[in-house]
This record gives sequence, C-alpha cells and structure tokens, in this order.
Amino acid sequence: MRVAHPVRPPVDANAALLEVTDLRVNYGGIAALKGVSLHVGKGEIVAMIGANGAGKTTTLKSIVGLLPVAHGSITYAGKSIVGMAVEDLVEAGISLVPEGRAIFPTLTVLENLELGAYVHRDKKTMRETLEDIVQLFPRLGERMKQEAGTLSGGEQQMLAISRSLMARPSLLLLDEPSLGIAPKLVQQIFVAIAQIAAAGVTILLVEQNTRVALRASHRAYVLRTGEIAKSGPSVELAADPEIQAAYLGG
Amino acid sequence: MKLIDALMTGLAQGGMIALVALGYTMVFGVLKMINFAHSEVFMMAAYVGLFVIAAVGGTAHPLLAAVGGTVVAMFACSLLGITIERIAYRPIRARTRGSKLARVTPLVTALAVSVLLQNLAQLLFTARYRPYPQLFQNTRPIIFVVAIAMMVFLELVVKKTWFGKAMRALSTNEEAARLMGVRTSRTIAMTFALGSSLAAVGAVLYCLDQSQAYPTMGFKIGTQAFVAAVLGGIGNIPGAMLGGLLIGIIGEMVKLTSYSGGVDVLVFVVLILVLLARPAGLLGTTRVEKV
Ligand SMILES: Nc1ncnc2c1ncn2[C@@H]1O[C@H](COP(=O)(O)OP(=O)(O)O)[C@@H](O)[C@H]1O
Ligand SMILES: [Mg+2]
Repeated sequence: MRVAHPVRPPVDANAALLEVTDLRVNYGGIAALKGVSLHVGKGEIVAMIGANGAGKTTTLKSIVGLLPVAHGSITYAGKSIVGMAVEDLVEAGISLVPEGRAIFPTLTVLENLELGAYVHRDKKTMRETLEDIVQLFPRLGERMKQEAGTLSGGEQQMLAISRSLMARPSLLLLDEPSLGIAPKLVQQIFVAIAQIAAAGVTILLVEQNTRVALRASHRAYVLRTGEIAKSGPSVELAADPEIQAAYLGG
Repeated sequence: MKLIDALMTGLAQGGMIALVALGYTMVFGVLKMINFAHSEVFMMAAYVGLFVIAAVGGTAHPLLAAVGGTVVAMFACSLLGITIERIAYRPIRARTRGSKLARVTPLVTALAVSVLLQNLAQLLFTARYRPYPQLFQNTRPIIFVVAIAMMVFLELVVKKTWFGKAMRALSTNEEAARLMGVRTSRTIAMTFALGSSLAAVGAVLYCLDQSQAYPTMGFKIGTQAFVAAVLGGIGNIPGAMLGGLLIGIIGEMVKLTSYSGGVDVLVFVVLILVLLARPAGLLGTTRVEKV
C-alpha cells in the first residue's frame, strides 16, 4: 500500500494530526455538540462511539467544513482549519467517507474512483492507488465497469472508502462504515481499515457498532448527547462495566 | 419519398431542439432549477450570429460567415450564461439555501431574467424581424451533421474530461462531489458556458434554416426544447438528445397529415402520456437506495 500523499509535507510524528478543542455546533438554535474535545495522533486509529443522535456525524462534518462551527478550535497538522472550505481540506489531506456512503450510483465504479482523485488528477498516482485498491478490495477490481448503484451495500462501502483513498489522504474520517452491511463484509472492511492504517493513514472512525469499533481502534471516545462522556484506550473501554452495559449488550 | 424527406427534416429539426434541450437538462442537473432564461440566450445568439455573418460579408463568404457567426455566438453566449448565473442565480441561491423558498425563488428569478433579456433585445435590436441571409442552398443536412457532431463532442466532454466528471458528480450528489474536492461554483459556471454555447450553435443553425431573428423567438424553440428535456428525463444528457430528436420527428410526421396545425398540441400530448407511464421521463431514473 502506498497511500501517503506524494507531495504533502511530512508532519511531526509525535504531534496530534487532528486536535479538536471545545467544539460546539448548533442546528438552528439547538445545540448538537456542546463542547467536544478530542485528538488523533499521527498513525493512530481512534474510534468515536455513541448512540444514534449523539452527534458523531455532526462532529465529522464540522471537522471537514461541511457545517459551521459555533465555538471552539480545530487544528490539522498544527494549523487552524476552522472556516476552511471542504474542497480545500480535501486538498490538504483530510477525506471523509460519509455516512450512507454517498457513492455516485449512475457512474461506473471506475468513474467513482477517478472522481476521488479529482484533487490531484495525477495519472501516475491514480494508477498506483488503483492497484492498491484492487489488492485491498478484489471485489471492486472485478466490477470496475459496472454502475456503482448496482453494487451491494457492502461493496458500495468498499467503493466509498476506496474513492477517498484515491485522494491519498493523510487523515481518513469514516462515518459508520458498518452501517447496514452484512457481518461478513463488515469484517472484510475492518481488515482493510487496519491495512490502510498500517500504510500510514491516520484514522478517525465513527461507529454505533461498539464491539467492532473498540476492537479495531487504539483509543476511543464515547459521545453522549453532544458531549464526550468517556475516553481511553479501547481495550480498557471494552472492559469497562458501564460501557459493556450501555453499548455492548451487557 | 415524402416520408423519408420528412424524416430527414425531422432529424435536423430535432437535432437543433436537442442542442437547446441539453442546456436545460445540464443546468437542471447541477442546480435542480429550470433556467427559463435559456431560451433568451438562444435568441441573443441568433442576433450575435446575424451581426457577425453580416460583418464577415454574408453570402460573399458563406462558409466563413457561418462558422465565424457560430463561433462568436458561442463565445458571447457562454459569457452571457456565466453572467446570468453569477449576478442573478448565485446570490439568490446563497440566500435561500436551506429555506423553503430554495426551490421557488430561483425559478421566479429565471423567469425575470428571461423577461429582462427579451426587453433588452427589443431595446437594442427593436421588435423588427431581421432576416438571415441565405448562406446555403440546402441547410437541413448541414444542421443535422453539425448537431450530431456537437452531441458527440458533448458526450466526450461529459465522459472524458475532469469537468464532465465533476459535473456529473455534482448533478448526482452535491455534498459528495464537494467531498471529492469538486469546486461547485466553477463547475456550475462551466456548465452554464457549455449549455449556452450549445444553444448558440442551435440558434445559428435555426436561423440559417428559418431565416429570421426577433426578440421573442426564444419562446417557441425554448418550449419545445424544454419539453424535449423533460420527455427524455430532465437532468439526463442522452435523454435530452433523444427527446429533441423525437420531438423533431413527431413534428414533421404530423405535418404530413391533415392535422399539421396540431403539432404543438400533439407534442404536449406525447409528453403527458410518457410522463404518466414513466414519471422520470424516457431515460430518467428514480433510484432506490441499496443496503
Ligand atoms: N440537519 C439537521 N438539522 C437539525 N438537527 C439535526 C440535523 N442533523 C442532525 N441533527 C440533530 O443533531 C443531533 C446529532 O445528530 P448526528 O450528528 O447525526 O448524530 P449521530 O451521527 O451520532 O447519529 C441529533 O439530535 C440530530 O437530531
Ligand atoms: Mg451519524
């Protein structure tokens, strides 16, 4: 896997790649995030778990500039990114795989992937990344010419992740990659996520599927109604009786 | 023989309608609005074409005049299309984003721009019908060939270029397109430029055939083109081509019968029947989410 962006400057390995401090976001007058702080170190896989409506998607969308930030700071590689446009953030190396996948159904699988490379449009980089993707998800390789809307849900998720990889991100944000997907494919997808991380991509993973998320991550945050209720190493959270009762079905 | 003749004429006519229909459909794709001013861009192109043809010497250099008139009209109308989007639609879009009016206000704005341009044309060029010089003996085959060539060109742009891919992505899902780094404003502007220049080609072809330019000329062709776009499935590019060709052919076929006055009515009857059977148009799709 060659995933790190070819032209992006290297970042200090010990510094947090992403640092969110006291983030508040409102919809109309209603507060969805009431002061969320988290950080993701370079090379880490960090999970954010929480029930439906806790504010997970809101957190990711405000990081990538799709939602206006009411208060707080977000820094990426040491620089503030609050108020930056999503297009510029993709160029800077942040890529979001959105909830529900949002692939382009009438475009072919290959066209979807090509669009992922829109930020750099570099032929050689595209070719190399495509090779990596076919290794990562052989099922996609067999379906390049097919309309993306004809893929199964799990395959669409593979495509959505791959499309983000085409941009060669440094930081990959994943919004519920297991949502509505057959268990067997969920497993394949999480194996791939581990491989992507092993290739040097930093990952912030949002999940309602607590068991899978805690197993796949180094650290995790528990989000509850717009606030961080708990955080720590994933193995510790998985052993926490309170977490087990609330999110792991006892 | 009469049937073949009518078919040829219908294809030429339809190809031209398709060129205009493409502008409606592409703008609908990226903005989900009907650009009612598109028919007035068509009209303005007819005037620009006329003036350039006259300036080049008209019948003295027919080929140069036709090509020059078309190219200049394409360029001028691209600018006009971009300007309309920039000064009328974009500010309205920014202000109504997310509100209940986000669907209606842009439509009313488009109607207003349409009326404005018609009146501007009357002011600048008077309401007089201005004849085009007869540059060619037989324009029908030329129209057909040029219209098909433009559609092939468009297909290449849409399928092969980064702009084309960005435009299709934006048409399907704006947020997802932005997550790919697609610059929406630039892509929208280029869509207007492309749609307007196709309409400009259509306008010059139309006038070479029907030979007059006047301020309200956009209405008839605009309506036919709009119907063609809806018939084929609004937002769907091959749909607009198919819809245009169908309407052109239907029109000429009806003229062969004793009901030649009923062409416009029949076109709408066909539209309604198609929409009853396929609400999204002939090639349009209403997709179901997969899990
Ligand atoms: N577009 C929206 N308008 C208003 N409220 C919203 C919108 N999107 C989300 N919310 C509300 O914000 C809260 C957090 O939502 P979300 O971030 O989607 O949660 P999660 O991703 O954790 O399920 C919920 O209470 C939800 O109802
Ligand atoms: Mg969510």
